[in-house]
Amino acid sequence: MASIDATGLAIEFPLYHHNARSLKQRILASSGLRLKKDEDNRIVVAALRDLTFTIGRGERVALVGPNGAGKTTLLRTIAGVYEPVAGRLRVEGEIGSLIDPAAGMDQLLTGRENVVLRALFRGMSEAEGRALAEEVAGFAGLGDFLDVPIRGYSAGMNVRLAFAMATAMTPDILLMDEWFLAGDADFMRKAEERLTQLVTGAEILMIATHDMHVVRKWCTRAIRLEGGRITADGTVDEVIGPA
Amino acid sequence: MSSTTTPVHAFDAADPRRREIALEDLSGGLARWRLAWALARSDITHRYRGSILGPLWLTLSTGVMLGALGFLYAKLFRIDMTDYLPWLTVSLILWNTLNQTVTDATTCLTGAEGVIRQMPLPYTVHALRVVMRNAIVAAHNLPLIAVIFFIFGVAPHWTVVLAIPGFVLMAIGGFAASIFLGMICARFRDIPPIVGSLMQVAFFVSAVIWKPDMLGWWEPYLPINPVFAVMEAIRAPIMGTTGGVVVWFAAIVWTALLVWISWVFFVRFRGRIAFWV
Repeated sequence: MASIDATGLAIEFPLYHHNARSLKQRILASSGLRLKKDEDNRIVVAALRDLTFTIGRGERVALVGPNGAGKTTLLRTIAGVYEPVAGRLRVEGEIGSLIDPAAGMDQLLTGRENVVLRALFRGMSEAEGRALAEEVAGFAGLGDFLDVPIRGYSAGMNVRLAFAMATAMTPDILLMDEWFLAGDADFMRKAEERLTQLVTGAEILMIATHDMHVVRKWCTRAIRLEGGRITADGTVDEVIGPA
Repeated sequence: MSSTTTPVHAFDAADPRRREIALEDLSGGLARWRLAWALARSDITHRYRGSILGPLWLTLSTGVMLGALGFLYAKLFRIDMTDYLPWLTVSLILWNTLNQTVTDATTCLTGAEGVIRQMPLPYTVHALRVVMRNAIVAAHNLPLIAVIFFIFGVAPHWTVVLAIPGFVLMAIGGFAASIFLGMICARFRDIPPIVGSLMQVAFFVSAVIWKPDMLGWWEPYLPINPVFAVMEAIRAPIMGTTGGVVVWFAAIVWTALLVWISWVFFVRFRGRIAFWV
């Protein structure tokens, strides 16, 4: 059963490869809101601070908040990219991440070959990858373009392919950043169908977005992040106000 | 294809279970050898995209270098070409493999930044990719040895089978070096040029273009140099001797040491890699 459980979760980005001394003087003197020194006297950005939440099966959660609030960082942390510096995180279920559509794609390979490559990234065999490619082909609606190197794709086609790939693997938990809104109307309708299907199958959707229309339409719950902290958590109406 | 058991991914900063996570990374990375292989192959095809000879350029450029160096140094060292050139062929091909592996190791994690920050993947996959990529390159060059041996009438000796454990040692060393160098080069960006200049020194001190016996009574001390020890464990068998117990002992000890250092580093700092790249 899919679930995400975080207690006191914190992520800090040390600022490496900068002139630390001048940076220290400049920034610590002025604000120091999210920049601080850790115990090793390094300058770090507190990207996520003391997050505690539980997300259970069937929940569709929108992450809202201004730029730099930590939405994408939270998605990446849940995906398992970043290791928290404090707190606990427990994620149950197969994760499908749609954080960067181009990640792990090879521009010189065709769409089909990229699906196989992605399957390998997920630890599947080549045969499973080829079977997956058939499934993706049906959904992405790329037609003959599936056998064209993806460097010839438009942004929208890239999104279709990435979305089809990520959802074809039937993850228990789907993490999405808002780039996927680049699809055309026809694709958006299909995408919505697919997501609804996924979520009714007792899975979790977590989406970072600025588009309140998307939040109202697709989500059952919203978490507002500001400055790396949760400032509101509740139903969509509670968090972003009634429509 | 979701499996029947739900995967659980849990992390508690108060109890990081570093060793367990590092072990999972290692086994997960080795289990994804198909991915590492596909990535290594695409690295090679990318490098030679649109070129007519493609990866054969690897063989060709080694051949050109051999021709030039072979004639010149046979004259310089006043040794017989038929004696020197086969030896230099083996030497240079092994050196190129080792040198390129070390060079690739320094960028093994920083070069995969895009993937590392977007999806969870065992980091050892990237190290495996380096080893496999260089194995492919070596496979393009090894036929040159056969060609030169044929031209100069050198018959392979039974000891050539000993080259196999030699290559295994080199692959293990390359894998460990990729993890270790990949990590410290991601954290400290001054390390790659340092490694580059050290390798240049290593080229001259490791008996690549000169023969070990030219060193006279200093020769027994050569295995103190890890680069020499590992290279000699492959070169000597191909040239028809076992290499001797000392060389093998040194090669094994040096490789084990590298593996141990890499492992300690990996266990301790694995969780920081995503922040470093």
